[in-house]
Amino acid sequence: MAFNRKNILSLNELTQGEIETILDTAESMKEVSSRDVKKVPALKGITVVNLFLEPSTRTRSSFEIAEKRLSADVLNFSSSQSSIVKGESLVDTAKNLEAMGATIIVIRHSMSGAPFVLAREINSSVINAGDGSHEHPSQALIDLFTIRQIKGGIKGLNVLIVGDILNSRVARSDIFGFLKLGANVRIVGPGSIVPKYFEDLGVQIFYSLEESLVDVDVVIMLRVQAERKSLEFFPSLREYSKFYGLNKDKLKIAKKDVTVMHPGPINRGVELSSEIANDPKSVILDQVSNGIAIRMAMLYLVSTGDKH
Amino acid sequence: MSKKISGSDGIKDFISDSFNNINKGNLEALVVIGIKTRGEFLGKRLVSMIKDKTGKSVHFGTLDITLYRDDFKNNKAWPQLQKTEIPIDIEDKDVLLVDDVINTGRTARAAINSIMDFGRPSSVKLAVLVDRGNRELPIQPDFVGIKIETSKDEIVNVFIHEVDKKEEVEVIKSNGV
Repeated sequence: MAFNRKNILSLNELTQGEIETILDTAESMKEVSSRDVKKVPALKGITVVNLFLEPSTRTRSSFEIAEKRLSADVLNFSSSQSSIVKGESLVDTAKNLEAMGATIIVIRHSMSGAPFVLAREINSSVINAGDGSHEHPSQALIDLFTIRQIKGGIKGLNVLIVGDILNSRVARSDIFGFLKLGANVRIVGPGSIVPKYFEDLGVQIFYSLEESLVDVDVVIMLRVQAERKSLEFFPSLREYSKFYGLNKDKLKIAKKDVTVMHPGPINRGVELSSEIANDPKSVILDQVSNGIAIRMAMLYLVSTGDKH
Repeated sequence: MSKKISGSDGIKDFISDSFNNINKGNLEALVVIGIKTRGEFLGKRLVSMIKDKTGKSVHFGTLDITLYRDDFKNNKAWPQLQKTEIPIDIEDKDVLLVDDVINTGRTARAAINSIMDFGRPSSVKLAVLVDRGNRELPIQPDFVGIKIETSKDEIVNVFIHEVDKKEEVEVIKSNGV
């Protein structure tokens, strides 16, 4: 199936077919990473700018490796080094980068919707690498890809997302992605960060981790985001950990072959006990290595065809 | 209008001629690599003929050249990326690329570049079922099944059983198609 999008901004706007095209393309990209020479000439002559205006190690490095494996020219920006500290607007910064020949802009921004503003204002392709508490499409695609590999498919699986749903962009993207591919999605956490209105998206809401774990195939643990004010929503980390932290005993309630995921970085001992983080049931490092293949697929698909 | 150039006999002859040619060389060092999509199945047939006639199992791989194409920026109908699988180290091996049709030579160019990223084979040869002329690069196949003269606006279709449920080579005039 042809991929006609110039931008990848959210899973909410992608169709089931488009998501599957990205996942299938990533399968082929995975092979490139297994070679001795991990490089193909597909994006030769294309300039990709990583405009990361919020701290990130995993996502930025993963995008950069993906870009280099496809032979693109890569330019990295972070907020502290850029003219944004001098007061330049985001759109002006991006227009300047475009004038220098940037074909694809990968953007991470603390404001929800920033990539959409950019996509409207510039001709380059825009890939959302996480915007505020809105969406994190590449992370959700990685989760779908990893689960599809382990379970053979997504349809009919019971997927549980645990934690700070309100502030998590990974949660939103995962909810859209898993629902579109036919999974049943449950969310659980303290009422203050698991809003009732999420029911409108088609998910089931729980407030007890034990109850929500019954019959579950996949558990996605979210990070307690101290920097995004998670802590204002519950009394203490210890209390959170007692009720919503995942450990071996609680995991026994889920299906025997349950898979545990975490988008990283992990707060060991808070949302995830160390024994779970190191357990073969958890695929956290698979998620990281699959991330390169998914991002190669995203970069490749937005540059194919007659889009620029 | 379409014109049938060959049926299953032409394809059979191509496989056995290719076998006769490579059987003169060292089969131990041979790696047959089929270029996706139809070259894969032609290559597989060659490998099983080698097995039947000599009892030897030669190495077999497949190559998808999409990431090595040179018409990346203006190709609107983008083919689905397929998997490349080269199961052994091709260093110092004799690689035989197998494809269904050679036209401009650009696919063969991409395939050679791709192979070189996997290692340094001692030789690379090319076997194609149909050579339809129109070369744009200085590349010639080593083994050819059917050689025909075509113009650029004609389309050569190869149908093989594994993909298309029939065995046929046809040329279509593209006006009105």
